[in-house]
Amino acid sequence: MSTIEERVRKIVVEHLGVEEEKVVDNASFIDDLGADSLDTVELVMAFEEEFGIEIPDDAAETIQTFGDAVKFIKDAT
Amino acid sequence: MFNLEGKTALVTGASGGIGGAVATALHTAGATVALSGTREAPLRELADTLGERANVLPCNLSDADAVNALPKQAADAMGGVDILVNNAGITRDGLFMRMSDDDWTQVLDVNLTAAFRLTRGVLRGMMKSRWGRIVNVSSIVGATGNPGQGNYAAAKAGLIGMTKSLASEVAPRGITVNALAPGFIETAMTEKLTADQKADMLSQIPAGRMGTPEEIAAAALYLVSPEAGYVTGATLHVNGGMAML
Repeated sequence: MSTIEERVRKIVVEHLGVEEEKVVDNASFIDDLGADSLDTVELVMAFEEEFGIEIPDDAAETIQTFGDAVKFIKDAT
Repeated sequence: MFNLEGKTALVTGASGGIGGAVATALHTAGATVALSGTREAPLRELADTLGERANVLPCNLSDADAVNALPKQAADAMGGVDILVNNAGITRDGLFMRMSDDDWTQVLDVNLTAAFRLTRGVLRGMMKSRWGRIVNVSSIVGATGNPGQGNYAAAKAGLIGMTKSLASEVAPRGITVNALAPGFIETAMTEKLTADQKADMLSQIPAGRMGTPEEIAAAALYLVSPEAGYVTGATLHVNGGMAML
């Protein structure tokens, strides 16, 4: 069973087409990983699906980095 | 050309002249269709005529909850929604000075807000599949205005602005969003016009006749086809030359 971290990283790598090594805790989706605003919406949608959770819009806005995403999902699951 | 085999399409206002013709054209091109509208009987009748690959999903478009539920119902019935045609429209004509809040709100709710809600509801699936077609049926009066139709023209112009904004947002995902603006078409909606009004209208149409629902359907079929993948944010006017925009 993969950890939450690994599952989130896999989604990010697949969606943004970035190298796995670049997906570190403080990597910003937009500034470091080349995501545009639509990508961030899609990432959130993918997280919701993978983990069976709901991420409300105001919470989604606080998810800026890979670390933010992992922390949010850990707290929510 | 314009083959829609394997595609699924939700058409609102399918009980009306244009909506019925659009649904028929998409179905003939191979699409599975979900026919939506307020009145179930004409939808059922159309579905029976079409035969296989036709679903009936009645929906009151002035009811927000019903509208928000429709995309999922359509996806459940067809396995997804690749194509959305926001065609449903009502008129509550009246001179501006005398127009009631209710007539304004009803027309905006059904003609514009319902299109917004349905579009929002189908986008997730389209984003995931990296393919989608949205056609918002506007009207010539959305561009030119028309006395007595302040509410209708506002809603139809609103659809054009909505179309362009969304088109820019989702273009990178293979989703196109276009508006289709019919001129005067032979439907129940234009049947309400008096003989004088019709004669006046015809004098302004270079083609010298009203259009048919099938001519609008052909334009819709083009916009939703794979071949129109590079057409987005456009407003396609089909009006016999009545307004050359």
